[in-house]
Amino acid sequence: MSAVLASSPTGCIAENPFLREEHIALRDQLRRFIRTEVAPHAGQWEIDGMVPRSILRRMGELGFLGIRYAQRYGGSEMDTIATAVLAEELGRSTFGGFAITVLVHTDMASPHIANAANAAQLDRYMPDIIAGRKIAAVAVTEPDAGSDVAAIRTTARREGDDWVLNGTKMYITNGVHGDVVLVAAKTDVSAKASRGVSIFIVEAGTPGFTIGRALDKQGWRSSDTAELVFEECRIPAINLLGSENRGFYAIMRNFQNERIVLGAQAMGEAQAALALTLDWVRNRKAFGGTLWDKQVIRQRLSMLASRVEAARCLVYQAAWLDAQGRDCIKDVSMVKALCGELVNDVMYDCQQFHGGMGYMRESAIERMVRDARIQAIGGGATEVMLEEVAKRL
Amino acid sequence: MKILVPVKRVVDYNVKVRVKADGTGVETSGVKMSMNPFDEISIEEAVRLKEKGVATEVIAVSMGVAACAETIRTALAMGADRGILVESAVELQPLAVAKLMKALVDKEQPQLVILGKQAIDDDMNATGQMLAALLGWPQGTFASKIEISGDGISVTREIDGGLETLALTLPAIVTSDLRLNEPRYASLPNIMKARKKPIETMKPEDLGVDPTPRLTLVSVAEPPKRQAGKKVGSVAELVSKLRTEAKVI
Ligand SMILES: Cc1cc2nc3c(=O)[nH]c(=O)nc-3n(C[C@H](O)[C@H](O)[C@H](O)COP(=O)(O)OP(=O)(O)OC[C@H]3O[C@@H](n4cnc5c(N)ncnc54)[C@H](O)[C@@H]3O)c2cc1C
Ligand SMILES: Cc1cc2nc3c(=O)[nH]c(=O)nc-3n(C[C@H](O)[C@H](O)[C@H](O)COP(=O)(O)OP(=O)(O)OC[C@H]3O[C@@H](n4cnc5c(N)ncnc54)[C@H](O)[C@@H]3O)c2cc1C
Repeated sequence: MSAVLASSPTGCIAENPFLREEHIALRDQLRRFIRTEVAPHAGQWEIDGMVPRSILRRMGELGFLGIRYAQRYGGSEMDTIATAVLAEELGRSTFGGFAITVLVHTDMASPHIANAANAAQLDRYMPDIIAGRKIAAVAVTEPDAGSDVAAIRTTARREGDDWVLNGTKMYITNGVHGDVVLVAAKTDVSAKASRGVSIFIVEAGTPGFTIGRALDKQGWRSSDTAELVFEECRIPAINLLGSENRGFYAIMRNFQNERIVLGAQAMGEAQAALALTLDWVRNRKAFGGTLWDKQVIRQRLSMLASRVEAARCLVYQAAWLDAQGRDCIKDVSMVKALCGELVNDVMYDCQQFHGGMGYMRESAIERMVRDARIQAIGGGATEVMLEEVAKRL
Repeated sequence: MKILVPVKRVVDYNVKVRVKADGTGVETSGVKMSMNPFDEISIEEAVRLKEKGVATEVIAVSMGVAACAETIRTALAMGADRGILVESAVELQPLAVAKLMKALVDKEQPQLVILGKQAIDDDMNATGQMLAALLGWPQGTFASKIEISGDGISVTREIDGGLETLALTLPAIVTSDLRLNEPRYASLPNIMKARKKPIETMKPEDLGVDPTPRLTLVSVAEPPKRQAGKKVGSVAELVSKLRTEAKVI
C-alpha cells in the first residue's frame, strides 16, 4: 500500500500518494490529540498569550516533537513528508498560535542544533528539545533587518573563552517563554554577511539577555512573540553552533524546511476554514433555501477547494523532493508564495460567507482570518519568495 | 498467558456515513477507515494486562481486505506483539468471524479473548457470544472492569439498574464496553517500532472455514430526517397540538 487515503478540504477524501502507512498513523494520532487535548482549551490559551508547557511536554512524550530526529535522543527518524503531516494537522486545528508555537520549536529553531551541533551540544540539548522540556526559538530578524537577512547588525565578539553578544532581535516566536534561543550575529563585521554571520545558543536567564517586550499581535495570539535585547551578553565559546562565519548558509538552508512547514500549515488552515464554511452555508437558511443553494457560493467554494487541493499537492511534492535530498529552492519558494496568499483568499471568502457571524470573536473563522494574515509576511514574504522563483524561471 | 484480540476495520467514527444510492450499503470507497473503537479498548486492556505482568503475549487479529493490515499495525503501535491477518474477499458476517476466531484459538491456545461488544458499522453485538458458544467457554459481555487472579477472571458488567460482577474460570471470552478504559495514544516511536513487528497472513481455507455469508442484506436506507421542535406558549396550546397535530391524545 503506497497510495493511501487522506482527507481533502471538503471533508471527503482525496488520494495523497505521498503518504505511507506510518504517515497516516501519525496523522490519526495528531487528529485525536488536537480534538481532545487542544481544541477544548486553546481558546483560553489565546487569552493567556501562550501555550501551556504541559501540552508541549505531552506532545514530546508522544513523539510529535522529534519526528525527524535521531532515535538515540528520542526521535523517530521519519522524513520531510511526516513533517508536512505535522504542520498540516496543526494548521487544521484552527489555532494558528498553537500551531506556530510547536512548529517554530520543531522545524524552525531546533533544526539549527540538529543540523550543525557537535556531539556535546547534541547530547546537551536534543533530548530535552524532543521531550518538550526545553522550548526553542530562533532569532534572526531585527528591527532594521527582516527580509534582508544580510543586513543584521547584532554582533558577537570573541573575548578569551567567551563570546559577547550585542544587539536587538525582533518578532521572535517563543521569545517570551522559550528556554533556548538560536541567535544569528555577525562575527566578522568587515566581511560580507554571507561570510560573517554565526549562530549561537543562548539560554534563557543568561545575564545580558533580556526580553525587551512581549509583542501584541493581530493574530497568533496564543503564540508568545518578543523583542529580545542582548547587552554585553556573555556566553561560553562552546555555545557557538557549527563553524564560525558559516551561519548565513545555515539560515538559508533551514529556510527551506521552514517554508515547507509554513505552506503545509497554511493549507491545513485553509482546509479547516473550508470545512467550517461548508458546514455553515449548508445549514444557514436564506431566501427560501440554504446558502449552499446559491450557485455563486457553491462555485466560489468549489474553486477554492480546487486551488487548495492543488497547492497541497505542491507542498507534498516539495516535501518529497526535500526528503530525497534534492535541491528544491524553486519549488519551496513557490509553495511559500502560493500558500501564503491562497490561505488569505480562502479566509476572505470563508469569512464573507459566514455573514455577520464571521465578524464576531465567538466564531472560529474570525480568529482564522487574523491568524492567516502573517502567512504572506513571515518566514519569507510573498514578494521576496517570488523573486526567488523568478531567479529560477 | 496469551490474549487474542480481534480488531475490525470500520468507517471512522468521525465520518458522517452516507447510504449508497442503490441502497446496498453505506459508502466506503474513499472514506476514512479506522479501528472499531471497542476493539481499541480491548487492545488497551490486553496491553495493560501485559504491562502488569499478567499476560505474556498480545496477538491482534483482523479479517477482511488486505488493508486490514493497517488496522493491525495500529494495534501493534499500541503495544500488541504480533498480528494475524485473515484475508478474505467475501464479506465476513459474525458467524464466519466467530468460526475463524475459533480456529485461531485452537491454533494459538490463548487463555483469554477480548472482543469489542460490537462493531460500530453494523452494531451486530454477536461475535463474542457466538465464539463463546462455539468454544464452550464462559463469557463476560459488556465489561466495564476486569480483574484476573489465578485461573479466574472477574468481569464487572453494566446492566440496567446497576453493575453485575461475574466470576469466570479461564479460558474465557470478554467483550469490552466503553468505560473499560481509555485507549492510549500510539506514540510516534511506537508507530515506527510497530513496522518491524510480524503480521502473519492466511486465508479462511487455511483455517478450514467456509466464510460464505448466511444472511442476505435486503436494503439500507437513511433514517428519516428529524423535524425541528416547536415551542408552545401554554399548556392549553400543548394539549391542543397533541390532540390535533400529533394525534397522540
Ligand atoms: C508574528 C511573527 C512571528 C515571527 N517570528 C519570527 C521568529 O521566530 N524568528 C525570526 O527571526 N523572525 C520572525 N519573524 C520575522 C519575519 O520573518 C519577518 O517579519 C519577515 O521576514 C519580514 O521581514 P520584515 O518584517 O522586516 O519586513 P520587510 O523585510 O521590511 O518587508 C516589508 C515588505 O516589503 C517587501 N519586500 C522586502 N524586500 C523586498 C524585495 N526585495 N522586493 C520586493 N518586495 C520586498 C516584503 O515583501 C514586505 O511586503 C516573525 C514575524 C512575525 C510578524
Ligand atoms: C458589526 C455589525 C453590526 C451590525 N449592525 C446592525 C444593526 O445595527 N442593525 C441590523 O439590523 N443589523 C446589523 N447587522 C447585521 C448585518 O446587516 C448583517 O450581518 C448582514 O445583512 C448580513 O446578514 P447575515 O449576517 O445574516 O448573513 P447572511 O445573510 O447569512 O449571508 C451570509 C453570506 O451569504 C451571502 N448571501 C446571502 N444571500 C445570498 C444570495 N441570495 N445569493 C448569494 N449570496 C448570498 C451573503 O452575501 C454573505 O456572504 C450588523 C452586523 C455586524 C457584523
